[in-house]
Amino acid sequence: MQLIHCPWCGPREEVEFHYGGQADVAYPENPAALSDEEWAEFVFYRDNPKGPFTERWSHATGCRRWFNAVRDTRTYEFLATYRIGGPVPATGSEPSQQEVSA
Amino acid sequence: MSRVAGYGRIDRGRTLTFTFDGRTCTGHPGDTLASALLANGVHLVGTSVQLGRPRGIGAAWTDDPTGLVQIEKPFPEPMLQASVVELTDGLVAHGLDGQGWLAAAPDPARYDRKHTHTDTLVVGAGPAGLLAARSAARAGESVVLVDDRAEPGGTLTGTELLDGRPAREFVADVVAELAGNPQVLHLQRTTAFGHYDDGFVLALERRTDHLGTAAPANRARQRVHRVRALKVVIATGAIERPIVFADNDRPGIMLASAARDFLHRYGVLAGREVVVFTTDDAAYPAAADLAGAGAAVTVADARAQLPASGESRCLAAGVSVLRSTVVTGTEGTDRVRAVLARTPDGAIRIPADLLLVSGGWNPAAHLFSHIKGALAYDPALGAFRPAGTLPGITVIGAANGTFDLPGVLRDGAGAEAPASGPEPAGAPTKILWRTEGDRSRQFVDIQRDATVADIERAVGAGMRSVEHVKRYTTIGTAHDQGKTSGVLASGITAELLGNDIAEMGTTTFRPPYTPVAFAALAGRERGTLFDPERITALEPWHLARGAVFEDVGQWKRPRYYPYAGEDMDAAVLRECAAVRGGVGILDGSTLGKIDVQGPDSAVFLDRLYTNMMSTLKVGRVRYGVLCHNDGMVFDDGTVLRLAENRFLVTTTTGGAAPVLEWMEEWLQTEWPQLRVHLASVTEQWSVFPVAGPRSRAVIGEVFPDVDVTNEAFPFMSWQDTTLDGVPVRLARISFSGELAWEVNVGSWYAPALWKRLLAAGERYGITPYGTETMHVLRAEKGYPIIGQDTDGTVTPHDLGMSWVVSKKKEDFVGKRSFSRPENHNPLRKQLVSLLPTDRRTRLPEGSQIVERRDDGRLPEPPVPMLGHVTSSYRSAALGRPFALALVRNGRARVGDLVHVPVDGVLVEAEIGETVLVDPEGARRDG
Repeated sequence: MQLIHCPWCGPREEVEFHYGGQADVAYPENPAALSDEEWAEFVFYRDNPKGPFTERWSHATGCRRWFNAVRDTRTYEFLATYRIGGPVPATGSEPSQQEVSA
Repeated sequence: MSRVAGYGRIDRGRTLTFTFDGRTCTGHPGDTLASALLANGVHLVGTSVQLGRPRGIGAAWTDDPTGLVQIEKPFPEPMLQASVVELTDGLVAHGLDGQGWLAAAPDPARYDRKHTHTDTLVVGAGPAGLLAARSAARAGESVVLVDDRAEPGGTLTGTELLDGRPAREFVADVVAELAGNPQVLHLQRTTAFGHYDDGFVLALERRTDHLGTAAPANRARQRVHRVRALKVVIATGAIERPIVFADNDRPGIMLASAARDFLHRYGVLAGREVVVFTTDDAAYPAAADLAGAGAAVTVADARAQLPASGESRCLAAGVSVLRSTVVTGTEGTDRVRAVLARTPDGAIRIPADLLLVSGGWNPAAHLFSHIKGALAYDPALGAFRPAGTLPGITVIGAANGTFDLPGVLRDGAGAEAPASGPEPAGAPTKILWRTEGDRSRQFVDIQRDATVADIERAVGAGMRSVEHVKRYTTIGTAHDQGKTSGVLASGITAELLGNDIAEMGTTTFRPPYTPVAFAALAGRERGTLFDPERITALEPWHLARGAVFEDVGQWKRPRYYPYAGEDMDAAVLRECAAVRGGVGILDGSTLGKIDVQGPDSAVFLDRLYTNMMSTLKVGRVRYGVLCHNDGMVFDDGTVLRLAENRFLVTTTTGGAAPVLEWMEEWLQTEWPQLRVHLASVTEQWSVFPVAGPRSRAVIGEVFPDVDVTNEAFPFMSWQDTTLDGVPVRLARISFSGELAWEVNVGSWYAPALWKRLLAAGERYGITPYGTETMHVLRAEKGYPIIGQDTDGTVTPHDLGMSWVVSKKKEDFVGKRSFSRPENHNPLRKQLVSLLPTDRRTRLPEGSQIVERRDDGRLPEPPVPMLGHVTSSYRSAALGRPFALALVRNGRARVGDLVHVPVDGVLVEAEIGETVLVDPEGARRDG
C-alpha cells in the first residue's frame, strides 16, 4: 500500500484516496458548439500513456480535497502531488504525449 | 527414543504429553511437534495428496514440503507443518493423508492488528539481523525487529564462537541491549509475510499457541502488525536446496541443515545410520555434528574436489567420505532403509535410516521480490540472489547470498562486527539439480507429488516459461510455495530445454511468505464488526416492534413490521392498504442530505441538476435529477430552498456519499471560483414521511401552530415550526402519491417526536411501514428508484421524465449528450409498467422480456430480448401483481402483449403506462 502525499494533509495511506481520472481535461467552454465526435471525445476518451501521467485524486476519507498527481503508470509511483491550480512541481520526467498508446 | 543428552535448548525438566494418530507421546517445552515426533521415533507422518506415498519430515522449519498435520486440539486447524507447530501439553494431531479439513465449529479465538511506524524495520533475528538492529538502535533510530522463530539467533547452533565466547551468549547480550532500549520493539514468533510499497510490511505474530492452557484468556491469538518503516533491512537467511533423485520423498530423507537443527535446537538425533548427500561444504558440519552425537555417518559428495577442512573434520569424527558419488535412489517403505549411490567405481548400496541432502543454498529473498526487487542467477551459488537496489531497502547476510559467518557479521554490523573463528577454506559448490534415474519417481515438489516427468510433460506440451511450467505442473503452489522446489524447477526446466537457467529466471515470489489464516487477516472485522452498521435514532423502537430489517448499503432499515403469523407479502399488503386508506409512517432518516450554502449556490445547482433550481422560491421544494456527462441518470431527490443562498439537497440513501463527492469534484476542480460550501447533514436530521389521507389530521394535531390546509401549506412547500421548543421542519413531499408530510427533526429528538406522531395517529390507525411498502407505493405511482429501475444506461427521457429536463438552461451536466443521435433512437429502452394477464404471477425482478408467441413456447435461441423487469410487487390497490420494466420502444407499445419467461414457462403481460394508481394525481392533496 502506497503512501500518497495529500497536499493538505501530508502522507496518508492509499486506501484514504479515490482516483479521479486524467487531470486537466477541461469542461468545454460551449458544449453546444461541439460536434458529436468532439463531445464524445471529451466524455469518453482519455489518454493512456506508459510513463508519467497527470491525474486527479481525492482525499476521500480525509480532507475531501481534490488534488493533482503525476504518477508513473509503469510503476504506480507518485512522482509529485500538487494543489489544483498550484504550480506543477518538477518531477524529473515530464509527461510524454508521444508515449500515449494507440 | 532418539533424544541425546547434552544437546538442545528444550526444558528437559518438564514433560508434555500429546497425542499423534491416536498414540500418546511425550516431549518437552521448546519442542516442535516435528522434533517431538522424531524423538519418539515417528518418521511416517502421512501420505501424499495425489499418489498416497508415505511422507515424513523433510525440514525443520517453514521450508518443509512434507510433514503436514491436522491439529485437532486445542483448536482444529488444517494442514500445518509439524515443524512449525510448537508442542503444548494436551496437543492432539493427526498426520495428513492427502488433504486437511476445516473446523466445523466457529473459531472462538481473537485476532487483532496493530499499526507501527518506525525508522528501521529489521526482518530476521539471525546474526545479521540482530547486529543490524543493534547498529540502527545505537544510531538513535527507532527499530522494529521481527523474527519468525521462537527464539532469536537464526541458524547459529551454539557451537560457534563470537567475540571469543559461545554464540548463544553473544546473542543474549545483543538481545539484552535491544531490550533495554525503549526505541526498540523486538518480536519473536512474528513472520513478516508481505512487503509492499513505501516501506509497508505485514507481519503475523503468534501470541498464544505456544503457551497452551497457560495463555491468558483475553489475549489475541494472533496479531497482524502493519509496520510502516523508512528503512527495511531484509535479513531472512537462506533455505537449503535439495537434490532430486529417484524416491527422494521417503520418510527419513531431510535437508542436512534440518538434521543439524533438530540436534542443536531440540537434542534429537534423527537417525543412527546416516548418509549425507551433498554438493557443497555446508553439509560437512552437519555430518560431523551427527557423528559426534553418536550416529554412523557416510558423506556422499558429488564433487571430485572436497573441502580439506571439512574432510579432515569428518575423518576425525569417524565419518567416511565418498567423493564423486551421487545418490540415485532409496529403499524402504515407511522409512528409508538403504541409499543407492553411484561412485566412480560403480553402484553401491548403503544401509541407512536417515538420508540428508544438501545441494547448496537459496537466499530467502522473498521480501525483496515482493516489491519487485530484481533477482539474478548467481552461477557460483546455483541460486537467485538480489540484484540491483531499491530505495530504503537493504538485503543482508544469507538472504543476499553471503553465506560465510564473518561475511554475515560484517553485513550486519560493518566495522562493529564481532570476531568469529576463521572460516575454513572451502571447495566450490557443484550445481546439481538432479541425478539419473526414473523421472516419474524423482520428486521436485514433494507436497504436490510433482516429478521431473511432469516437467518433461510440460515442456513437451510447449511450455517454455517457468511461470507456465509452474501452473502446468503445480510445482511451487503448495503450502510452502516452492521454498525448496522453485529453483530446482527452474534448473530442471532449463536443463530439459537446453537453456541457460540465468535466462529462464525463477517464478515471482508473492505474499504471503508463509500461510496466514483468514481469521488473522480479518482481525476484529468479522461478525457484526465486519462492516460498519449504520442505524437510525429509532433502531430500539424498530427492534421492539419486531421489524424485519434489510441492508441498504451500510444502513439497517426496517423492511416491514409483521404481525404475529404474517409473512412479508401479508404484512406489506396490510401496510400498503393502511397508507392508501388511512395513514402510515416511515423512518426515512437514511435519506442523504446535503446542506448547500453560499452566494453561488443557485448557480451551482443549476449547473448540476437537469432542471432549473435558481427559480425555486424560498419555502418551496423541487424534485431534481442528476446526470453524469454522458447524460445518464445517477441520482435524484428533492431540493428545498431554505434561503436565498441556502438549499437542502436530498439524495437516495445509497447516493449520499457519491453525490457529495461528485459535487465536491465539480466545485473544486471545475468551478473553484463559485462561492459554495457543502456539508453532509444526513445523520443530523431524522425524517419521517407521514403519508395517507389521514396524515393532515395527524400533522394538524401534533403541530397545532401550523395551518395544514392545502392553501396555506401547498404540495412541494416546506415550513419550519417548533414543538416544545424543538425546531421541526415539515415538507409536503410525497413518494407514495398520497397526501403526505415529511417531518424533519434533529436526530436527538427523533424518538420522542416519532412517539408523539404515533400517539396522535392512533385513532386513525397509523401504521408504521417499511422499505418494502415504500417501494410498492412508489412503483404504483411509477416513481423510479435510481439504481434499481436504472442501471447507468438510462436517461431522464427513457424514464418518461422529459419534464425534468430544462430547455431554457444553456447548459448543465449531461445536456450535450441528450442531443447525440443514440438518445433519439426510438428503440431505446423506456420505463413502462407490466401487468401479468393471469393477474397472479409476480414476475421475478431481472426477468427478460420477449415478443409474445402465439404458441406460448419459447423458440430456440437466440431469442431477441426486448428488455427486463426492474421492479415487481403485489399491489393491494390494484388487487394484482404488477411490475416496472425497461422495454425497447416501450412507451409506443403501451397496450401490447409480451411474454416473460418464468421458470421455463412464458407468462403473458401487458405493457402499460408507469402510473397505475391515481394517474390524475388527485390523492396528493387529500
